[in-house]
Amino acid sequence: MLHPHLQFNQLNIWYGAQRALKNVTAEIPARGITAIIGPSGCGKTTLLKSLNRLLEETDGVRISGQILLDGQDIYAPRIDVTGIRTRVGLLASKPCPLPMSIYDNVAYGPRIHGRKNGRSMDQRVERHLRAAGLGEEVKDRAHEPASQLSTGQQQRLCLARALAVEPEVLLGDEPTSALDPISAQRIETQLQALKNQMTIVVVTHLLRQARRLADYVIFLWMGELVEAGPAAQLFNAPRDERTRAYLAGDIG
Amino acid sequence: MRRYKFEENVFKILMIGSTVIVLASLVLILGAILWRGLPALSLEMITQTPKGGYYLGKEGGILNAIVGSLYLAGGATILSLVISLPIALYLQLYVKRTHYAELVRLSLDVLWGVPSIVYGAFGFTLMVWLGMRASLLGGIIALALLELPIMVRAMDEAIALIPTALKEASYAVGATRLETATRVIVRQNAAGLLTALLLAFGRGIGDAASVLFTAGYTDRLPNSLFSPAASLPLAVFFQLGTPFPAVQERAYASAVVLTVIVLVISLASRRLSKRLTKHVIQ
Repeated sequence: MLHPHLQFNQLNIWYGAQRALKNVTAEIPARGITAIIGPSGCGKTTLLKSLNRLLEETDGVRISGQILLDGQDIYAPRIDVTGIRTRVGLLASKPCPLPMSIYDNVAYGPRIHGRKNGRSMDQRVERHLRAAGLGEEVKDRAHEPASQLSTGQQQRLCLARALAVEPEVLLGDEPTSALDPISAQRIETQLQALKNQMTIVVVTHLLRQARRLADYVIFLWMGELVEAGPAAQLFNAPRDERTRAYLAGDIG
Repeated sequence: MRRYKFEENVFKILMIGSTVIVLASLVLILGAILWRGLPALSLEMITQTPKGGYYLGKEGGILNAIVGSLYLAGGATILSLVISLPIALYLQLYVKRTHYAELVRLSLDVLWGVPSIVYGAFGFTLMVWLGMRASLLGGIIALALLELPIMVRAMDEAIALIPTALKEASYAVGATRLETATRVIVRQNAAGLLTALLLAFGRGIGDAASVLFTAGYTDRLPNSLFSPAASLPLAVFFQLGTPFPAVQERAYASAVVLTVIVLVISLASRRLSKRLTKHVIQ
């Protein structure tokens, strides 16, 4: 791998006494789409949410090991958590717009980080709505409540909100699982379009989706990393027996 | 099969019966105060302060108590809001389900159960110690103490209903807890917070015992925070205690006024809450 954007070193995560991840060591390449695959409860979302430190909002979570973002330990003592979350954005599994207008949803992040309202904010909001594939649909109704959008549109709004703080990494936690196939496809299209500008990490339990999207794949099984590698190699010539069985549909 | 049907019917009757009891009590209470109070209710009653001989059945009104009550309960609710909102946000966003948070909640529940005369006595002791006289400010502080546990617990419960995903959505763009609290939680929860405010105001404006010693009672309108203030519950109490039927009727009329104030504020806040929920995410 030329330049790993994210690295895990001996990552262990516990929920109370239950161990969700066991000694996970892996690298995620810069740019492109990395898919984390595996059956339900294998630790995919846990791994993903440790990358923007959102996991620690859950009660009783304990983390050991290292996660490096561009070589910098994001769990180091004096690190600024909000800074990490600004660099590493998230698209959640269920669309969750904030209780405000469409415009304000996109402007929320930039305003938090001190950007002023005005013409440049208008342009910023418009640019990110377009990047999320929502530009045309909400052109004349940007000041209406976000709750009025359809579920699919809401998820693209959430994408625009995540993009608006200009993250270098975008995490997707099964970002199409709550959507109909057409809306899901639109999200996939937007992710494909964005993958040359940023590192995208997507959790999915859909093998078909992983095959469509992924450039690089991490396969988890019962909290352990079984295999990781370029998509072509992992899908066509898996090295581990469990990966082969999972891909063939024999397990999971 | 038949037994299930029987149980179902018994419970149905119980549920309907309980609802009827609640509604009937409301109707009976309203009926009683309207029946006894309406004849005495006049424009004079709500636009004038008591004149000499009012308590013997002569001219005057209870404007002193109306204004006093609005000042007392309004002031107490605002003061209580300023203290309650930070506590509720702190409990929900910062300490969550720790032992410390549970201890705070337990303390508030105990405070909720403390009789209002105890707040009055406590406030009075404090005022004597500080050399303060019975005053609007004293009454506001005693009432705010009374309202505080209700408001905090109601807000606490309301904020607890906010989905985790919404908080995470805010954190995920790099917002701090404070930014999330003030920009997202308060907006999403405006209706719940308004209900908490209303519950507390309702208890505050209806309470007699805590303002008895702390705010005192006067026939004049309160003109500063440091002058005594009358209140509607005490107006009911004092007038009901006189031996004259005409004055006793005025007690019921005062109760009507108090009920109407609570009703109007409830209706207004329902209206407002509809508007506030425009942006709420289901």
